[in-house]
Amino acid sequence: MAVFLDQHSKVVVQGMTGAEGSKHTRRMLKSGTQVVGGVNPRKAGEKVTFDFDGGSGASAPWQAVLPVFGSVSEAMEATGADVTVIFVPPAHTRGAVVEAIDAGIGLAVVITEGVPVHDTAGFWAHAVATGNRTRIIGPNCPGIISPGQSNAGIIPDDICGHGPIGLVSKSGTLTYQLMYELRDVGFSTAIGIGGDPIVGTTHIDALAAFEDDPDTAAIVLIGEIGGDAEERAAAYIREHVTKPVVGYVAGFTAPEGRTMGHAGAIVSGSAGTAQAKAEALEAAGVRVGRTPSETARLLREVLA
Amino acid sequence: MDLYEHQARDLFVAHGVPVPRGVLATTPAGARGAAELLGLPVVVKAQVKTGGRGKAGGVKLARTPPEAQAVADSILGLDIKGHRVREVLVVEASAIAEEYYVAFLLDRANRTFLAMASVAGGMDIEQVAATRPDALVRLPVTDVDLAKAHEIVTAAKFPPEVADQVADVLVKLWRAFVAEDATLVEVNPLVRTEDGSVVALDGKVTLDGNAAYRHPGHASLADRRAENPLEAEAKDRGLNYVKLDGQVGVIGNGAGLVMSTLDVVARAGEAHGGVRPANFLDIGGGASATVMADGLDVILNDPDVRSVFVNVFGGITACDAVADGIVRALDVLGPTATKPLVVRLDGNNVAEGRRILAEADHPLVTVVDTMDDAADRAARLASREV
Repeated sequence: MAVFLDQHSKVVVQGMTGAEGSKHTRRMLKSGTQVVGGVNPRKAGEKVTFDFDGGSGASAPWQAVLPVFGSVSEAMEATGADVTVIFVPPAHTRGAVVEAIDAGIGLAVVITEGVPVHDTAGFWAHAVATGNRTRIIGPNCPGIISPGQSNAGIIPDDICGHGPIGLVSKSGTLTYQLMYELRDVGFSTAIGIGGDPIVGTTHIDALAAFEDDPDTAAIVLIGEIGGDAEERAAAYIREHVTKPVVGYVAGFTAPEGRTMGHAGAIVSGSAGTAQAKAEALEAAGVRVGRTPSETARLLREVLA
Repeated sequence: MDLYEHQARDLFVAHGVPVPRGVLATTPAGARGAAELLGLPVVVKAQVKTGGRGKAGGVKLARTPPEAQAVADSILGLDIKGHRVREVLVVEASAIAEEYYVAFLLDRANRTFLAMASVAGGMDIEQVAATRPDALVRLPVTDVDLAKAHEIVTAAKFPPEVADQVADVLVKLWRAFVAEDATLVEVNPLVRTEDGSVVALDGKVTLDGNAAYRHPGHASLADRRAENPLEAEAKDRGLNYVKLDGQVGVIGNGAGLVMSTLDVVARAGEAHGGVRPANFLDIGGGASATVMADGLDVILNDPDVRSVFVNVFGGITACDAVADGIVRALDVLGPTATKPLVVRLDGNNVAEGRRILAEADHPLVTVVDTMDDAADRAARLASREV
């Protein structure tokens, strides 16, 4: 088991023929993901070949030839795809997500960074208006990986293997860092929800899924300055989560009013501080590490 | 990007939101001329991107043109919470009968937008929210037509005699919010004047930087003069950099990891004379050698920096490219590079990255295995205890 993504997931890539899209399609294939095709209306009917020389690993050389479809619904019809990973440029992201929603796909992972927030609010409103049939992860996120099963996005698959930890994070590199620190334990699923002010899947959605997942024994929650998602997650944990949760919050030293890399990472007045988030989590019984390493140590303690 | 009041005002005008007549002045004589043009009395307002201007002496009434010149002279050059006043907005004084508050902003929690309105305007809205929460209405909105605007007006209990005018302002303000890709448009106060008109007396606008590509005009709204020179230089090189007040330069990849690095450095610094991070610099998920070299160049040119901590987890980024970038940057800088670098690399191609650094064997570079130990080392070097 895992959450949102497993070995049965069939993945299409919107923007597969672009530089980022093709690079990461190759990586997803290499990590064993069932990538079944790409979507690009201007290249519909073409095929894209991904070659592997076997590299330094033990795997034999192999080749994947993926069809390009004109639309997400065509791709779903032809392949049974239930996940789309979106790499299209910011100006086209809203359209790509709306198309995925209208096709009724189960999961849309939006990797693209730099999407105008009015566009994100627009596709989210469209998802709500059409009955929330599509789970959206992102935008501005590294995606989701269920190690050993499937990898939808850009998270490196060679950091660690399968295990009992579920992870949800606003930050990509902190996800990698914690996966690395806990590589001997392993992860059921790691979800990068993204650092934009508005994102589809939230900490709470992930917490709820991990709570229900028999494969997940403990949860790592990574937050950062801006908004009140961590405070809301803390309130949710207090009411609904029985599994142990450890937390980490980045941005204690961030000055007020400055955006720290992620569009959503900003302390406004007294709102959105790392201190307030860490305190809210601790008040809900979450053990909060002051460094990524300490967070990993706490996770080992709760699992022991 | 936050706008100056006068820029927000221009944007309101462009979208039909009523504002008092006004003129921007950069000199006391200019303010005098503005007063002569506008008619008296006028209000002379410091243009700074921070609150509390009034208390700091940055907003003053003038009854004659010479008085306008004198108060402008006292305001221009003021330092208000670290913001230097370079311009004043001279506006015709309004006879205020009542003060209201209206705003549209992001509603992160509900993944939509929020309308906020209050008939208790003119003061700090956070204070209104804290002391009189009933006086501030918050309604989630996805679109604001006239019917929705009237819903906001009714919910906030605006007096019937201004309901239509306020609703009209709300619709126009929403159009500005959407058309300009703003994340905040706020009018405080929106006033009813004694002659019964409704006017936006002061406004705040924040624009979404991610939408800059579809607003070619927005670039000219940035104030390069108010930028820290290191930040301006970093921006020109396409780097994601924020200047801070400490002594340990920080470079990392990924916004979350870099924020975390700042925290770990500040924590380590507590044991080393209170040294703190000197900057935020995220060289990005797919950082190349060139970007690393550019980043190091900016940081090593910061006179406040005494040591540098390069903290990279190679996810997409390969550690060998990062190591290459470090070696190349130090080559280019040659003898001008005098500050010690502590480097921590993990992840993709880490062995090759460490090999490159070991081979280069640069006297300024120390490779440390873990993030916490590296932060401690960098803090110690910056404290000059070594």
